[in-house]
Amino acid sequence: MIRLSGMRLRGLIRKEFLQILRDPSSIAISFVLPVVLLLLFGYGVSLDARHVPIALVVDQPDAGTASFTGSFRHLLYFDPVMMSDMHAAEQAMREGSVDAIVHLRADFGRKLYRAEGTPVQVIVNGVNANTARIIIGYGSGVWANWLTQYARANGLALAAPVQVEQRVWFNSELRSRDYLVPGLIAIIMTLIGALLTALVVSREWERGTMESLMSTPVHIAEILLGKVIPYFVLGTGGMLLSVAMAVWLFAVPLRGSFLLLFLVASLFLLVALGMGLLISTVARNQFVASQIALIVTFLPAFLLSGFIFEISSMPKVVQVITHIIPARYFVSLLHTLFMAGDIRSVIWPNTLALAVMALLFFGLVRRISRKRLD
Amino acid sequence: MRESWRRIFALMVKEFLALLKDKKSRFVLIGPPIIQLIVFGYAATFDLHHVPYAVYNEDGGAASRDLVARFAGSDAFERVAVIHHAEQIRPLISDQQARLVVHIGPAFGRDLVLGKPAPVQLIVDGRNSNTALIVLNYAASIVQHFNAERLQQAGLGGVPARLEVRAWFNPNLKSRWFLIPGIAGLITMIVTLLVIALTVAREREQGTFDQLLVTPLRTYEILLGKALPGFVIGTLEATLIIVVAVFWFDIPLLGSLLTLYTGLALFLLSAIGVGLMISSLAVTQQQGFLGAFLFMVPAVLLSGFATPIENMPPVVQAITLVDPIRYFMVILRGVFLEGTPFALLIPQFWPLALIGSVCLALATWLFRHRMY
Repeated sequence: MIRLSGMRLRGLIRKEFLQILRDPSSIAISFVLPVVLLLLFGYGVSLDARHVPIALVVDQPDAGTASFTGSFRHLLYFDPVMMSDMHAAEQAMREGSVDAIVHLRADFGRKLYRAEGTPVQVIVNGVNANTARIIIGYGSGVWANWLTQYARANGLALAAPVQVEQRVWFNSELRSRDYLVPGLIAIIMTLIGALLTALVVSREWERGTMESLMSTPVHIAEILLGKVIPYFVLGTGGMLLSVAMAVWLFAVPLRGSFLLLFLVASLFLLVALGMGLLISTVARNQFVASQIALIVTFLPAFLLSGFIFEISSMPKVVQVITHIIPARYFVSLLHTLFMAGDIRSVIWPNTLALAVMALLFFGLVRRISRKRLD
Repeated sequence: MRESWRRIFALMVKEFLALLKDKKSRFVLIGPPIIQLIVFGYAATFDLHHVPYAVYNEDGGAASRDLVARFAGSDAFERVAVIHHAEQIRPLISDQQARLVVHIGPAFGRDLVLGKPAPVQLIVDGRNSNTALIVLNYAASIVQHFNAERLQQAGLGGVPARLEVRAWFNPNLKSRWFLIPGIAGLITMIVTLLVIALTVAREREQGTFDQLLVTPLRTYEILLGKALPGFVIGTLEATLIIVVAVFWFDIPLLGSLLTLYTGLALFLLSAIGVGLMISSLAVTQQQGFLGAFLFMVPAVLLSGFATPIENMPPVVQAITLVDPIRYFMVILRGVFLEGTPFALLIPQFWPLALIGSVCLALATWLFRHRMY
């Protein structure tokens, strides 16, 4: 068993803190970037389409078309613009000034009273498939409403419809902020834990100060602890800041217990620090370490963790890959703890997975570092 | 003039050697971008497939069975459970086993026969609000189709008007077509920015920057010698990624390559400008890297890559105007999916050129005024 010296460890930690304090870029990453990210996500980023510009083209205006186009106005979803002909509307769509065209042909009014009915042409810009689908959804809703009103006004007997009654649990207003902000905490902690640590250790290697450190009586475990503890403190600070902003500034409900949140966040921070240490020990060069850290920590945490893209919709192979991304477990824990509460069946497996990963990374770092000392 | 080019060329050769001499750096420039494009290309989708759902049908009549069958027949949903008691709903949703529960009440069939509107309850897990929204949208469209067919079968004069929906540029509404050109832009940005942001900082950190300053090279020659390798690497990287996007992911490339590469060149110009600015401010590589990161993360988020700019509040939309990625996203998607002609993309080209020139001018100024 190694005997750790409290004095040596304190010295190393003090050195690391001084280095952090004197280099404004690490402070910027751990405090400024979280605040910027949270503000952007909290206020700026939204996936819900509102006020979509659409073109209404009516070949032959009459009472029937007026009632139909009227139903597109006074809605939060659409900002309709009347256009004289299809040519102008298609040009507007190519230029990107409208996202959809609703076209009522010349025979709209005539065919309205015939048995076969009249077609209404709807063209959407499909480039952003997600927005396009939302527009089609809104459009069908408008059409269904118009249909019911029209039938009532004209005394038509339509078959009774099935009505959708929606209940959204845990986030009844479907505020995307409540879902994005907790997920963001995982990204922020990945940044602080893995990115910063990856850089600082590889810098010691690159500058040759690691060699000098190793020639002192300091044990390798003390060097590692001396790196982990300061960044753990920094990461905890970033985490508390993010949680405080989420709860007080953005009014995201915290339905689970804070203690549990704190514990799983600390565990995730250990995993991230372990990853950072591992990367820097393998890379030993700041350029390579920064590239690897970006590729294996930040981008996967952003794209493969379920933070924005749904994991169950990914191909099976990619779903398997997501299991080695620590952020996946943490994002799931964060969403549940913030919005749903302490649900054991979600918390236990995810926490266990994080614990296994923490042990794995630190075990690997310990092994590799010892070899290099020989 | 020829002398000048010779010196710039010599510096470029040195830069390439510094970047490529190391086996790990070499690998980092080629391997990960391709792996990323492929993995993220498959991962990044807003289309839902096999969303786990459960059915609670208390009615059991023909109409309700027909409606349930439509959910079963949809590729978007995958049934994981059939519920027999109301108490079973909560654990299924809470444990994330099912994202959606379709609940049909006992009076469903009777209401429909009596001509009363019959409710179907959709219970959704709102933890991922975007998925919840899409799930509700999919489910609502299934119910709408069900209604439309009932209307037609009822034969009472049919429906007076029906929607004929067509999607331009992306007829099957695959969100991959939208996202993969975007990912190509992101990866090009990341690689170029990092290569550039670290070059000067590395020299400063290793003390070779002073040596560079006492050579006959002028400031603009040093800048060009540092910028051109980034430009070459960025162009090659982007070409590789475009090839993968077109031949591996079958993303249609409708527009002209000339338009695409004009956009790419201007985009690289702006990325290099930002990179050199960071590079000339940073004293250590860590600062260079973190500076690049501080710029990149908000720039990616505000670029309209995953979340449309039109949905942002006006203040944030104004901020996106200085984000080079924003313009490149429009160019990429325009050229790939819409085949947008050169002339229509000029409103995207000039801001990129402007951002690039301003940043390069600032970088030159910073270079001259910061010589430690």
